[in-house]
Amino acid sequence: MTPFDRGAEWNVNQQSQITPKNGATPKIRLRGLRKAFGDKVVLDGVDLDVRAGHSMVILGGSGSGKSVTIKCILGLIEPDSGLIEIDGRDVAKLSPDERAAILDRTGMLFQNGALFDSLPVWENVCFKLLAQRRITRAAARDRAAEVLEQVGLAASVGDLSPSELSGGMQKRVALARAIAAQPDIIFFDEPTTGLDPIMGAVIDGLIVDCVKRLGATAFSITHDMASARRIGDDAAMIHKGKIVWSGPASSLGETGNEMVDQFARGEREGPIQMELRK
Amino acid sequence: MTRFLDFLALTGRGLISTCRTLGGVSLFALAGASHVVRPRFPFRQFWRHFVEIGYFSLAVVALTALFTGMVLALQSFTGFSRFNAESAIASVVVLSVTRELGPVLAGLMVAGRIGAAMAAEIGTMRVTDQIDALTTLSTDPMRYLVAPRLLAATLAMPLLVVVADILGVFGGFLIGTVKLGFVPQLYLMRTFDVLQTMDVVSGLVKAAVFGFLIALMGTWCGYNSKGGAQGVGQATTRAVVASSILILALDYVVTEAFFSR
Ligand SMILES: Nc1ncnc2c1ncn2[C@@H]1O[C@H](COP(=O)(O)OP(=O)(O)OP(=O)(O)O)[C@@H](O)[C@H]1O
Ligand SMILES: [Mg+2]
Repeated sequence: MTPFDRGAEWNVNQQSQITPKNGATPKIRLRGLRKAFGDKVVLDGVDLDVRAGHSMVILGGSGSGKSVTIKCILGLIEPDSGLIEIDGRDVAKLSPDERAAILDRTGMLFQNGALFDSLPVWENVCFKLLAQRRITRAAARDRAAEVLEQVGLAASVGDLSPSELSGGMQKRVALARAIAAQPDIIFFDEPTTGLDPIMGAVIDGLIVDCVKRLGATAFSITHDMASARRIGDDAAMIHKGKIVWSGPASSLGETGNEMVDQFARGEREGPIQMELRK
Repeated sequence: MTRFLDFLALTGRGLISTCRTLGGVSLFALAGASHVVRPRFPFRQFWRHFVEIGYFSLAVVALTALFTGMVLALQSFTGFSRFNAESAIASVVVLSVTRELGPVLAGLMVAGRIGAAMAAEIGTMRVTDQIDALTTLSTDPMRYLVAPRLLAATLAMPLLVVVADILGVFGGFLIGTVKLGFVPQLYLMRTFDVLQTMDVVSGLVKAAVFGFLIALMGTWCGYNSKGGAQGVGQATTRAVVASSILILALDYVVTEAFFSR
């Protein structure tokens, strides 16, 4: 089944239960995560649980530290303090090999794509499979064509170089690369930014598909409320370095939390004031 | 008094940051080089860089060496004729080219060509998150980006210098015979009479050291660049300047090690 004919199933996950089952270890648990660049505090004690097999959507203004949060979880940025647990294990205490093992099962879509421009698209898409020696180079081309089709790109795109693609196409190739190795945990940093609404909906469907069919845990950042409701089971909002609200994604817009509702409706007036970034 | 303390503090800070950089570069070099002998060395990448350095720098290095040999013959002729030592020209050319000018000039040319390219490529990868992406794609950037470049440059530079040696000597031969009227056989005889294995070997060792330095500076500066296009530009400049200076400095060290007995 391709993600294209899954539209109807989005409703299902909108009704899913949010309250974590008692005792179930969250896939990702953040406690008191802090990070400052120089004297600019970006994360100021982030607490967050992401349930295994569910999809979490993070909202927040531009520059509020969403991307930094993901990079901290992945170990690409060392947080100043705080706890990061994946599957109940403190990542700070893991050996480099154990960290690598976690990354082996993780997919990440970078906000700007971060495609390797020295490699053709198909090698980008299957980079992880090739790096892990799970596939031969010949098989990788076919696999790349398959995944490219899932993100709505023709197989012939595989032979192009990333610099020959439009911004939205690059985004979709990056998405294909993030999911090609069928990871357990997938991070999407603004997966649908820069796509047209229809393609955005297709990509949302694909993300839902990854979570539902592969049982993956998804952690997405988005500014698009329709998209957040479609892909999210849970949602959380980050503001001034803290999580100010979390709850079911389906309630976005009528959460009763003034900040979230202002953000969801995109109103100028409200508790969140546009600040000049320092 | 406070002036003096300020001065001390400044010197101390400079020293500390120098030590930190030196330590950082050494660890970086060790980490990169260790992947050459560890499993899953990326041979495809290695080959790409080996061809880029060894093959595509040939023309630049060859031209440099050829003209250097020619100039050398001409200069020493006009200089040496003042005390009737023209016959030493062949030996001067071959010894300077194999021992010094071949490796150093090839090193400087490759530093400009390859060191800059490495810093720019890796720097761009850094500022566009591609290095982070490598990490999330089960690939150690030190293994994938740094190790193959270090090995490729270390192996390719001696090959380039062999070519430089030959063309440098040929340049001298050309001027010597065509312009200065030496008998070709005699010129060649003089050339190979003075040449010893050690002259060539020391030049090739220098070449390998320079190759390693060029790749090390290129990858290090690129790897640690930050802040967009401007940062990448700075990294590139820094890589070329640092490797050029280091080439000249280490040239002295290696020469000392080989010939000061
Ligand atoms: N490597 C870095 N060095 C210094 N400051 C940084 C770095 N990375 C991020 N920042 C700062 O941290 C803040 C948060 O950045 P981040 O990329 O997480 O924002 P974001 O929430 O993802 O915003 P957007 O929605 O625009 O992508 C920004 O103000 C940024 O200037
Ligand atoms: Mg961001």
